Amino acid sequence: MKSFTYQRVTTALDAAKAADKTPGSKFIAGGTNLLDLMKLQIEKPAHLIDISKTGLNKIELNTDGGLRIGAMVNNTDLASHNVVRRDYGLLARALLSGASGQLRNKATTSGNLLQRTRCPYFYDTNQLCNKRVPGSGCAAIAGFSRQLAIIGSSDHCIATHPSDMAVAMRALDATVETVNVRGEHRKIPIADLYLLPGSTPHLENTLQPGEIITSVLLPPPIGGKQIYQKIRDRASYAFATISVGAIIYPDGSGKLALGGVAAKPWRIEQAEALLPKGSKLVTERLLAGARPTGENQYKIMLVERTIESVIQQAKR
Amino acid sequence: MENDNRLKLSRREMIIGTTAAISAIAATKLTSIEAGESNKIALADVSFVVNGKKQHLALDTRTTLLDALREHLKLNGTKKGCDHGQCGACTVMVNGRRINSCLSLALQHEDDNIVTIEGLGSPDKLHAMQAAFIKHDAYQCGYCTPGQICSAVAVINEINSGIPSHVSTNLNQSPILNNDEIGERMSGNICRCGAYSNIVEAITEVASKAVKKAR
Ligand SMILES: Cc1cc2nc3c(=O)[nH]c(=O)nc-3n(C[C@H](O)[C@H](O)[C@H](O)COP(=O)(O)OP(=O)(O)OC[C@H]3O[C@@H](n4cnc5c(N)ncnc54)[C@H](O)[C@@H]3O)c2cc1C
Ligand code: SF4
Ligand code: FES
Ligand code: FES
Repeated sequence: MKSFTYQRVTTALDAAKAADKTPGSKFIAGGTNLLDLMKLQIEKPAHLIDISKTGLNKIELNTDGGLRIGAMVNNTDLASHNVVRRDYGLLARALLSGASGQLRNKATTSGNLLQRTRCPYFYDTNQLCNKRVPGSGCAAIAGFSRQLAIIGSSDHCIATHPSDMAVAMRALDATVETVNVRGEHRKIPIADLYLLPGSTPHLENTLQPGEIITSVLLPPPIGGKQIYQKIRDRASYAFATISVGAIIYPDGSGKLALGGVAAKPWRIEQAEALLPKGSKLVTERLLAGARPTGENQYKIMLVERTIESVIQQAKR
Repeated sequence: MENDNRLKLSRREMIIGTTAAISAIAATKLTSIEAGESNKIALADVSFVVNGKKQHLALDTRTTLLDALREHLKLNGTKKGCDHGQCGACTVMVNGRRINSCLSLALQHEDDNIVTIEGLGSPDKLHAMQAAFIKHDAYQCGYCTPGQICSAVAVINEINSGIPSHVSTNLNQSPILNNDEIGERMSGNICRCGAYSNIVEAITEVASKAVKKAR
């Protein structure tokens, strides 16, 4: 790990100001992703701003009937909150399918959203990776790409976003709230939070430097059968190969987002209109324009079958 | 043998010496010597309670909670397996919750209450979970065991406080205790010796007494 200086702040605004003042700084929330990457010298911040004690650890009912989830609420507390379990089952299920009990106790809502890819070549500093070293090349495209993206990818990067929670947040139309150094607040629909790689895969989201996530808003409960189905290589404690997060209504209509297929939770609203017509048509529309590698084209069939499974579960 | 020992000692002394020299010139709270650059060391103070005892440490900012416990407080019951959150050997309790101490900076734990395997029980006064692990032969090499036991104790608390798991069939009912639940909840603790079935037996025995009649 490279050496760094460290500071604790007690408000989000102080965090934004500290970040503005100190070049090369990073926020540390739970640290379960950042520290992992710092040990490998993939992340090399000169300064860490500890935001875990900023008081952003509350889950509150909003005046509109939705929820405001503080950025520092940990994954365990969010998954076991009464309202989340009752009205946002998709979110609880997605969280519980991720990582381990120990990690969920430490991982925060904002850290989970902003965790970085698990592309094995990103993690191996001996390999070429445009995300890690812009312009160096991408070892994954001609390498072991079984777990990597099939859509929204580019000739520069085929990494996926690994978060399960983000898939649920996308299907539930969450909004991210932020504050910047000037105290300006911004609301970013989760649909607009993540960037596709294009020719700049090192740019992963639309946050400005020093802008800090303060909370995540969920709209009022939308009912329906809420299902998160995660396909992985072992039954627990593994990242998704693909996942489907869905809300399905008795008439067969619904909403859904995919994990494990792109650099962001993948959702195409127009495809959802096809839900009553079955998984094949939905998948064709959802994954139109997919450019899988030889190693990961199996994911297309897997997505279709997992959507079918979700549709069938919703009928029970 | 003697030579080896002396070599190790002197190397360690050398490292401690270097750090001490640096801390002499370092100011105290949360200050540091130099930012960023690769081989300069930044130091900071931290205070927390470990196994009921208040501790104050001046640490290289990079020190993980795991290394603070093992290398600075000499509590080497907690083990380092992967150092990347993938095995659970480093599991300790912080403010009543289990975490991986390898993926946490010691500095993130100002004022926290930490319990390690040494704080759960001692050889002459074993925690019920420690006794059950011995009774059920729930280990072979024993390396993963402190983490398994801390995790297992936490799992019972989690079930008792109604925290659901991936395999809980109904999110809105109190979780029940069965092999599936134990397996899922313990999946963050890997046992390379494969003592899993005996681990589950040990936990089941303790849990069947400790879990509130949730069935
Ligand atoms: C072994 C292992 C298995 C895992 N399995 C899964 C899995 O199956 N599914 C899954 O979804 N995840 C999994 N994870 C990832 C885990 O969910 C993330 O590490 C965790 O959610 C990150 O949260 P954190 O609070 O620790 O983030 P940190 O590591 O503290 O931060 C991550 C990033 O977010 C930035 N950040 C944090 N908060 C803010 C904020 N408020 N504003 C701006 N920037 C911010 C930080 O600067 C950093 O860049 C796994 C992790 C490990 C180690
Ligand atoms: S897919 Fe992206 S993250 Fe993986 S090696 Fe290529 S550029 Fe790096
Ligand atoms: S040493 Fe911490 S999880 Fe392996
Ligand atoms: S007893 Fe050897 S690793 Fe578990």
